Amino acid sequence: MKGRLAVALGAAALVAAPLVASTYHALLMLPFMAYAVVLLGLNLLFGYTGLVSFGHALFIGLGAYTGAFLTTHAGVRSLEVILLAAAVLGTLVAVPVAALCVRYVKIYFGMLTLAFGMVFYTFLLKFYRLTGGDEGTPFLRPSLLGRNLDAMPKIDYLVGPYYYFSLAVLVLAALGMWRIVHSPFGLCLKTIRDNPTKAETLGIGVARHRFYAFVISAVYAAVGGALLGPPTGNVDPTLAYWTHSGNIVFMTLLGGFSSFFGPVVGAFVFIYLQNWVMSVVPYWRLIFGAMLAVIVILAPDGLVGLATRRRPALAGRP
Amino acid sequence: MILEADGLRKLYGEFCALDGVSLRVDAGEFVSIVGPNGAGKSTLINILTGVVRPSAGRVRFKDREVGGVGPARLARLGMARSFQLVQVFPDLTVLESLQAALVARLGRATRLFASLARDREVQTGALEVAELFGLSDKGHVPARHLPQGDKKLLDIASAFALKPEIILLDEPTSGVSTADKTAIMDTLVAASQQIGLSAIVQVEHDMDIVFAYSNRIVALHQGRVLADAAPSTILADQRVLDTVIGRRAGAPRAPAC
Repeated sequence: MKGRLAVALGAAALVAAPLVASTYHALLMLPFMAYAVVLLGLNLLFGYTGLVSFGHALFIGLGAYTGAFLTTHAGVRSLEVILLAAAVLGTLVAVPVAALCVRYVKIYFGMLTLAFGMVFYTFLLKFYRLTGGDEGTPFLRPSLLGRNLDAMPKIDYLVGPYYYFSLAVLVLAALGMWRIVHSPFGLCLKTIRDNPTKAETLGIGVARHRFYAFVISAVYAAVGGALLGPPTGNVDPTLAYWTHSGNIVFMTLLGGFSSFFGPVVGAFVFIYLQNWVMSVVPYWRLIFGAMLAVIVILAPDGLVGLATRRRPALAGRP
Repeated sequence: MILEADGLRKLYGEFCALDGVSLRVDAGEFVSIVGPNGAGKSTLINILTGVVRPSAGRVRFKDREVGGVGPARLARLGMARSFQLVQVFPDLTVLESLQAALVARLGRATRLFASLARDREVQTGALEVAELFGLSDKGHVPARHLPQGDKKLLDIASAFALKPEIILLDEPTSGVSTADKTAIMDTLVAASQQIGLSAIVQVEHDMDIVFAYSNRIVALHQGRVLADAAPSTILADQRVLDTVIGRRAGAPRAPAC
């Protein structure tokens, strides 16, 4: 009940933010919503299947560059088409990557995803004519639901139609993911996370389920990545850099991977903190590194875990 | 014939764990595999359930060659197992663990958007199995909070939830108190009648349990079948009794063959 109330309050706050909060805060919500989509997907792999990817920035970058390329070079401005293209491209790239990666677990899986991420980063950096190299590519203002909004002042566009479009995408993504984790498929993922040997003897195809979870998470990352583009109006290779993969793992840990909305809360706190710390001190990574250490040691279930701790204290990990 | 193994050999480097083991399980049988430590019991179970590939020999399940098909497929074909070291899903509740088995059995493991909570067949099926194993009142307890005996039961219960034709149990009562042992065995036998299981194969150290419940005993020693007979025949065979029971603990390891 408390969980539902918190979600309802959060949703209401998101709807009301552009109307009641300052433009500064409303603008900060844009990357938050994009990351929330990414993290809902990442956590299917991380929290529900037990696989930690250090390469999901690949798919964020893929989605963002899909949008940039379509708006800049192909004359496609419809955000619906862009998101669809990001999802399709995300799937196409994820299928071979997932097929290779899910044959490994633990650190080997993590390293392999990292390697693919590095390959893609280098591709973005070096294929200058296609990607614009380190300068990146402009992400022209997309049209929403067939309406060209180029005439609007940029801020009005972002905290108005674009904001609510992002919110709608986030809500749909959350509903879809909610169904997935509460489906028979979702239960099978949890059995694999907990004990793959036992899952196998029950007749659950462990490799096949890991593969599906990977591809779904990649599609979410690509869609979220595409949403990151319009607020800045430009995409560059740092979106696909491995530290970016690290950031989203950090957000997940910060909020807590063992609850559905934990990573979303993590994204929110991360973005606000980063913004605030960056405005106070120049070395925000130092602060964030220390924070990460404290979370892992003192609150392995993240902020949401701290808030909802139901488990008895003796239930420490074996 | 449900399960048949023919000339199984398994070498681990120099060490010969199984040296030409053949065995046959028919419908209606409760077969116990016994033998001192290192006799090859666990290796045999692991080969029969597809976890380990034999170096030589064949396994047939329901007139079908099953060498190397892997545990997941064997489970779908109707062969279930439990483990010597209890295997549960620590963060899943008793009911969730049983639901997972039902989801797999009903071929619904890849239903992405269906609601698990509204899947009547899976929900009631899991409740039935929990009832059968006396785990109903612990349905919402995460497996890692269960006492050892209940973990063991849950491991076996999830194998039963697959409604298999044959079940292979690797020491179903190891690590539980003597009082709990008979309780587990009674539950297990009652449950197998309920679900219409046709055969049970178990590896067991406790000779009281073995003689009380099996129709047939296969005694292994140094990777070979020492005896394969009814419990009464085994009881009369001093040579087998000496080898299997007399040196139960601390028996010497089998030499290379």
